[in-house]
Amino acid sequence: MTAVTADTYEAVFDAAVAADERIEPRDWMPDAYRATLVRQMAQHAHSEIIGMQPEANWITRAPSLRRKAILMAKVQDEAGHGLYLYSAAETLGTGRDELLDKLHAGRQRYSSIFNYPTLTWADVGAIGWLVDGAAITNQVPLCRCSYGPYARAMVRICKEESFHQRQGYELLLTLSRGTPAQHEMAQDAVDRWWWPSLMMFGPPDDESSHSAQSMAWKIKRHSNDELRQRFVDICVPQAEALGLTLPDPDLRWNEERGHHDFGAIDWAEFQDVLKGNGPCNDQRLTQRREAHEEGAWVRDAAAAYATKHRTEQHAKPGEATA
Amino acid sequence: MTTTANAAALALGDDALVLSHRLGEWAGHAPVLEEEVALANIALDLLGQARVLLSLVGDEDELAYLREERAFRNLQLVEQENGDFAHTIARQLYFSVYQRLLYSRLAVGDTEFAGLAAKAVKEVAYHQDHAEHWTMRLGDGTAESHERMQRACDALWRFTGEMFQPVEGVDIDWQALQSGWLETVTTVLERATLTVPGGPRSGGWSAGAGRQGLHTESFGRMLAEMQHLHRSHPGASW
Repeated sequence: MTAVTADTYEAVFDAAVAADERIEPRDWMPDAYRATLVRQMAQHAHSEIIGMQPEANWITRAPSLRRKAILMAKVQDEAGHGLYLYSAAETLGTGRDELLDKLHAGRQRYSSIFNYPTLTWADVGAIGWLVDGAAITNQVPLCRCSYGPYARAMVRICKEESFHQRQGYELLLTLSRGTPAQHEMAQDAVDRWWWPSLMMFGPPDDESSHSAQSMAWKIKRHSNDELRQRFVDICVPQAEALGLTLPDPDLRWNEERGHHDFGAIDWAEFQDVLKGNGPCNDQRLTQRREAHEEGAWVRDAAAAYATKHRTEQHAKPGEATA
Repeated sequence: MTTTANAAALALGDDALVLSHRLGEWAGHAPVLEEEVALANIALDLLGQARVLLSLVGDEDELAYLREERAFRNLQLVEQENGDFAHTIARQLYFSVYQRLLYSRLAVGDTEFAGLAAKAVKEVAYHQDHAEHWTMRLGDGTAESHERMQRACDALWRFTGEMFQPVEGVDIDWQALQSGWLETVTTVLERATLTVPGGPRSGGWSAGAGRQGLHTESFGRMLAEMQHLHRSHPGASW
């Protein structure tokens, strides 16, 4: 038997990543790889959970029963995505409770986009089209991420997200072709959500601290700026089809590059929102903490009940009362 | 649809519509993520039922968004505010047991509702299961959860008599429905170590109040929120 050294483990890991093989929970992995994944997957899960709030804000005011059903289903899906992602993160040796505690304590982040308010019904459409669109652009490459559980979670999530995105687009299209007041509502929403959506791809490549390592590990497949450019190129013709404009006077096709040029992002605003000074940072975290704290007695009850009845062979409630 | 069938569809449709709305208010506030999924799931099932039932009567959106409080025919039980999680669960327990028994009967008949009821009863069986499980967890959980669950069951008890006032156009044995309901609810509450509330089972208004368009005060505010956007854009499509 040959002595297996840390170097050997590292070499096996590197070879697997190089060969595009999937790393699985029981495989050896560098501590930093594990930590990076936990950070990214937790942030992703938290974003799904916090991301329920701006949309749930409109459930009780949705203007038709069909739209209300679509929105409820979407918010439900987001909770489900959060659950998949926490489960995937748990394969790395952390726990959902621990991750939620970190979110509540402000020690782990969620996507900065959810710190913007939903002020009109059209915002629900703009979130579907732009925010989910940006998320998909970011997430489709994650379906090929080197960590198996994360990649598999993303396959399921991306399918549902694409569906939400089409529904958001269709919502905006209906508004854009509706009454003048509806059209104006749609345009206003796109004006407010466009730049924050571009910020979802993260800082420019030369300022992105984690990018190089994540790309080497094949957690990331493309740089922030590449994905952002891809997103802009996709959105421009969609905006035209919607009959809406994008709020950027510098946006134009660049024949030479084969891409759209676009204006400068306000990175000061981005940094400000990341630091907790966005329009809804306090509100989002407070609501999340309150839901958790106010639900503590319910979770305690479930735990106490489970302990009491652990050893019992109890019939299903439906059977007892049928 | 006959006039009486319309009246019945409206009553049952309004129950589902209003309870769905109340459950929708939980989104983002549930005590545990699994309940975000479960409550939204139940709300969606109910909204689906409401849409089918209201569409039997007319345009679902006109009926949902352009009627005023006095024209709604839902039970007062379903319009009650969510309160704490125990309150929501007690409301779910009372209503889902009622709805399951009612729809089981409608499903076997040859009324306009047989098809809908046959589909809905499968959903409602899940809703009842969910409510029963939580009633037991809360009733037989900690001292605090027991007290909260008992208080919720007591507080909503007076809205339960209304469920058994015959709905015009629903030709079933309402007496038998009532005794079946009492039996099931009693069994669940006892298993949950709770006491079956003893007070009267009708509120301040006469027994069928919600069915006659007589509602409790919070309902008007619920409708104001629900209908505001639709009413602000007359004639628009969404």
